[in-house]
Amino acid sequence: MQLILEKRSQASSIMNLWSPVLAIFLTIIMGGLIFAMMGKPPLTALYLYFIDPLTSWWSIEEVLVKAGPLVLIGVGLAVCFKANVWNIGAEGQLTVGALMGAMVPVLWGEWQSPLALLAMLCLGALGGALFGLIPAWLKTRFGVNEILTSLMLVYIAQLLLDWVVRGPWKDPQGYNFPKSVAFEGWHLLPMWGDGRMHLGLIVSLIAALVLFWVMRHTLKGFEIKVVGSAPRAGAFAGFSHLKMVWFCFALSGALAGLAGLIEVAGPIGQLQPHISPNYGFTAIIVAFLGRLNPLGVIFAGLLLAVSYIGGEGVQIELGISDKTTQVFQGMLLFFILMCDTLILYRLKWIGRQVNQGSQVNQARKLSEGGAS
Amino acid sequence: MSAYEAIILTIITASTPLLLAAIGELVVERSGVLNLGIEGMMVMGAVTGFAASYVTGSPWLGVLAAVLAGVATSMLFGLLTQTLMTNQVATGLAITLLGLGLSGLIGSGFVGLPGVKLTSVSITGLTDLPYVGRLVFDQDPLVYLSVILTLGVAYILKHTRVGLIIRAVGQNHHSAHALGYRVVTVRYACIAFGGATSGLAGAYLSLVYTPQWIENMTAGRGWIALALVVFSTWLPARLAAGAYLFGGVWILGLYAQGMGIGIPAQLLSSLPYVATILALVIISTNRRLSVINTPASLGQGFVPDR
Repeated sequence: MQLILEKRSQASSIMNLWSPVLAIFLTIIMGGLIFAMMGKPPLTALYLYFIDPLTSWWSIEEVLVKAGPLVLIGVGLAVCFKANVWNIGAEGQLTVGALMGAMVPVLWGEWQSPLALLAMLCLGALGGALFGLIPAWLKTRFGVNEILTSLMLVYIAQLLLDWVVRGPWKDPQGYNFPKSVAFEGWHLLPMWGDGRMHLGLIVSLIAALVLFWVMRHTLKGFEIKVVGSAPRAGAFAGFSHLKMVWFCFALSGALAGLAGLIEVAGPIGQLQPHISPNYGFTAIIVAFLGRLNPLGVIFAGLLLAVSYIGGEGVQIELGISDKTTQVFQGMLLFFILMCDTLILYRLKWIGRQVNQGSQVNQARKLSEGGAS
Repeated sequence: MSAYEAIILTIITASTPLLLAAIGELVVERSGVLNLGIEGMMVMGAVTGFAASYVTGSPWLGVLAAVLAGVATSMLFGLLTQTLMTNQVATGLAITLLGLGLSGLIGSGFVGLPGVKLTSVSITGLTDLPYVGRLVFDQDPLVYLSVILTLGVAYILKHTRVGLIIRAVGQNHHSAHALGYRVVTVRYACIAFGGATSGLAGAYLSLVYTPQWIENMTAGRGWIALALVVFSTWLPARLAAGAYLFGGVWILGLYAQGMGIGIPAQLLSSLPYVATILALVIISTNRRLSVINTPASLGQGFVPDR
């Protein structure tokens, strides 16, 4: 007996929906096993991880605050990946967006008006987009692989932020801590609830809904899907792959930059060396878990936000390293990719009579070939 | 030891992990597989190597454990991309994210502990040679291994039947399959080799370079190794030259920081990453160089006809 993959005649729409559910299920089982191996009670740990964050209003607010940037970056990346453009450097675009937006409170601290906040938001998006356009330019002008360049730029952006908050933008009254001045008044996003929920969450929701509409009902959305799945067909239709690279990097960079600005003008309230717990990389998982569909990304963003808060929970309650969060996130991406195989293939046990099977398959292949 | 000897020694130490990781990936890519998970395999090697040597007290067992960890991680990649036909780019990213997380979890108990350093092997009699004696004949064993591996890969790819099969599988998997070669098996073997050398590169970091465990201690070296493979246009000799060049850039930054000239430390730390981008641009501009050796089936999955 041997387990083989047999190609389905068409992609399974049922598996397309069930694959993430199956992946989450497998992640939870593996997670339980890891907890058990560490000598911790697995069920308690899993409860603290995935259910406890949803049992109090305070922690639900925290989940929403974490989901905001994940969704905002994730929808941008979903569009990129759909078009087969690999922007891996959202973390860097987030950082540069935060830096550009922070110019207003740091350099023009006296300017207090709603326009100042608007300027910050625009500068954040602009910074992220411009930084995202570097790999796009290198790709379209020189043919350099965008994966490697966008990733290298993450390290460069983080070092730039580090230099800025330790050097020229350090708060002169800050007791030599590597932090900028604390943002005040109109340099902070409007907050509500217990003082944690902020305007950025609405921005994320709007971005996801708009992109959902664009992908489903506009020519641009169609172009993105065609260029991504059938580049040759796209070329015949007059869609340019190179222009698509520019578009995708500008869009996802702008959204990541906006997310960075929202973080520093919202929950953090100033610039500091570390402004993101790897949101830019986690958003890659969010995009895949959300089926590269903006509505799906909202749910995926919420789930991964729960994993951040749950990770902090188990660290406090059971003394488990907060690295488990990253392990869970990595496993989740792993299992999604694995389960997605079932969309295009079905698992099949084959017996010893390999020859017979091969003839049947051969015949099927021929008939398929003839049809297409 | 003169100053120039010291500088060259540190350059060799900085280059060796890059060379080790890149030479494995070169073989992987020559077989038509793009494994973006080097950073993850490397960091798994680093933490396992450190943990095993700390527990057993033997650096050699640490090296062995690191190699095994690298191979095990690479086999996860193989299972997904070769058997389950997943997207190689996304799977490589998953390996990196998982490796960084898992290594942090495994290593959380080892942070700040003193490591066991792999001692260098000096070849008696030859270390006293003027100028080159200390540089060539007084290195740690993994440096020699990296050189031997590079020469071996160069020879095998160019002059042996095995090398021909690997290149055939990478150039055109359909033809290789039609000739009766087991494409998927060959690729699995190459991926395992890549995992082993990435594990070694990780062990080099946590047992030689800085004998301790620091979280995310690979610091993007896995990605630079990937860029090196592109930069080398898939040729081992050029790869070695590139690795030593990059090690040089890395050390240049450190030395400049130590001398305290008025350049911000962050700017100097970013040199390797900037250099990587520049190197990629330079090599990509030369279309002839970059296209001629690119394995034609790079990154494409292969489903055999049954």
